[in-house]
Amino acid sequence: MQSKKSPLPNVQAWCVQAWRVLAMAAVLACAGAAQAQTVYVSSEKDNKVLVFDAAGKLLSKIEVCKRPRHMLFSPDRSKIYVCCGDSNQLGVVDRASGKMVDTVPLADSPEIFDLSPDGKVAYVSSEDDGVLAAVDLTTRKPLFQIKTGGEPEGVLVTRDGKFAYVTSEEANVVHLIDLVSKKIVKDIQVGNRPRRFAASPDGREIWVSNELSASVSVIDTATQAVKGRVLFQIQGMRASDITPVGVVMTRDGKTAWVSLGRANHVAEVDVATRQVRRTVLAGKRAWGLALSQDDKWLYVTNGLSDDMTLVDTQAGKAIRTVAAGRVPHTPLVGP
Amino acid sequence: MMGKSGRRMGGALLACLLAVPVAQAATHTVALVSLQDDPRYQSRRLERHYPGHPAGRLWHATQLGAADAEVGLRAAGHALKVLEATASNAAELGKVLQQLKAQRVAYWVLDVPEAQFAQAVQAAGHSALLFNASAPADVLRGSQCAALLFHTYPSQSMFSDAMAQYLAARSWRHALVLQGGDPADQRQAEAWQRAAKRYGIKTVDTKVFKLSGDPRERDLANPRLLTNDRNHDVVAVLDADGEFARTLPYATQQPRPVVGANGLVALAWHPQWERNGGPQVNRRFGRLAQRPMVGQDWAAWVAVKSVAALVSEHSQAPLPEQARRLRSGQVFVDGAKGPRLSFRAWDGQLRQPVFLAHVDGVAGTAPLDGVLHPTEVLDTLGVDEKESPCQAKP
Repeated sequence: MQSKKSPLPNVQAWCVQAWRVLAMAAVLACAGAAQAQTVYVSSEKDNKVLVFDAAGKLLSKIEVCKRPRHMLFSPDRSKIYVCCGDSNQLGVVDRASGKMVDTVPLADSPEIFDLSPDGKVAYVSSEDDGVLAAVDLTTRKPLFQIKTGGEPEGVLVTRDGKFAYVTSEEANVVHLIDLVSKKIVKDIQVGNRPRRFAASPDGREIWVSNELSASVSVIDTATQAVKGRVLFQIQGMRASDITPVGVVMTRDGKTAWVSLGRANHVAEVDVATRQVRRTVLAGKRAWGLALSQDDKWLYVTNGLSDDMTLVDTQAGKAIRTVAAGRVPHTPLVGP
Repeated sequence: MMGKSGRRMGGALLACLLAVPVAQAATHTVALVSLQDDPRYQSRRLERHYPGHPAGRLWHATQLGAADAEVGLRAAGHALKVLEATASNAAELGKVLQQLKAQRVAYWVLDVPEAQFAQAVQAAGHSALLFNASAPADVLRGSQCAALLFHTYPSQSMFSDAMAQYLAARSWRHALVLQGGDPADQRQAEAWQRAAKRYGIKTVDTKVFKLSGDPRERDLANPRLLTNDRNHDVVAVLDADGEFARTLPYATQQPRPVVGANGLVALAWHPQWERNGGPQVNRRFGRLAQRPMVGQDWAAWVAVKSVAALVSEHSQAPLPEQARRLRSGQVFVDGAKGPRLSFRAWDGQLRQPVFLAHVDGVAGTAPLDGVLHPTEVLDTLGVDEKESPCQAKP
């Protein structure tokens, strides 16, 4: 499916290909060795979290709760929280032992969540109930729920822990929620079917993907209003086939990567000018995104081709695609 | 007869909880127009649950549409409510429509038999946009089309094209056609022939079936006798009623799949659709209506959402201008079927994917992979711009 597999008939071409593969393997090996990173991928229909090394080699599988989706590290990175959409739980995975050690009950059909800065509270979007639910991770008890528009998805808690941004896929708005007064303070109109967020490192901008508008809306956190938009176009593809979902930003805040869903590509965007620099072919229905700690590698989970694409962010090329369970959802990169 | 208040508590509660100050919410009203004695909703008929037929009245679907649109509309300074406008019979319909007009209800979701459309179009004039949520007849999109009439339910030719695409994609290219004698069956046959020709499906034979009490005609409803030929890949049954088609799957002489009115059926929606937010929509609907959601419900739900998308941007414009906006293809609706949906310029039909499904799940979605179109792949389903006989323009 990926373009890497182009069968070249003559020997010369084969040699070129072989050299390229070797060279890339070397590059990948170096990256892996230098950082010893681990890439975790939640696989929705396996009920497992797959563990890869930085080069995409499968190391192990962790049995978790039913239909694992979004994942985050605990602040000390010793644990992984994984949101389980079918068993309505937040699974707690101990990284050292590689086992799920606890579960926290959640509201119906949770998908995406974020943590309070101290890591003690999880704020979870519950698609079916149409609420943002706050759960105390220490006592494992629900704290409060805030009614949102239909099918809430993306959740982003501000760094001071006082506010949360939540997308409503049905209502085409981003709710700005005051977590102290537990009220929606503003509905920010964005594009159609808003999905997920990325915050700029300086906290001044929030980027939100609009799945059915082929765009990203840029929210100015000073005014809490949309101040710009990135529209995605790919030559030879129609706007309706470009369905952005995942957004991540590099640590220097200069580059954003956006997964384009059914367009099977990821886009590299210049944050300052909001111009698309280039697009890279990934797998079928590219959604989940994670950057390596040095931002040199982008991990892309492809929900319909059941694999993960490794993109060299400097070369702007997909280097390798590896099998990743059944319906891989979220990649998470850790040391 | 008109209006319904008890079921809006959820909405009121939501508004209290959120307590967002709304400057001056313009409230728009949508009416669900139907007939009390509509034969499609007779209780014995509903019990049959024939595939592709309505599973119940569309009231809950319109309610769900309004509830789903509420928060987004509020952010744009609008509100929307749905009222029921049920006439006891066709003769009473005129009175109900005049009442809607007098109340200045500008958006009508029509769930009436095909024969009542002309009356509704005439009654509405320029003072309401109409949304057809349950009639598949091509003629309503063709010679009887109207400037302010939109269709969120797929047309018969969209269903037939979807099926033909699926058969072509599987290389099941030889079909034995079993066709009923009703005018509605005849219209299905016309759509089938058009689609089969488009996608290269060969009709090896067409046989007429007949459910009859006459002993001399008993053979005409005998699945084994009707399917005795060997050289076909599928049995296509064109049966608008559904009773005969139900007797066919697993009862044919040759081991062949049944498609059309039973077996594999082209549908606007399926309760087991598991992508693009389908499970959420199905669960929300199930909670509200206490029954699974089917195609007509989907069309009514999406009709209300279309009104919401329209008024949130263009509520100031006069209705003919609003209709032009809808027909411009630039007002988009999320129908939980994958791509964003918009209305066709030439006949007001909502372009949308169609499911190829059996009773238990969705086997495929049309347009099938690999089917191409010069401008919009969704327009490979149904009557395209150049073929459309519709002349009415808003």
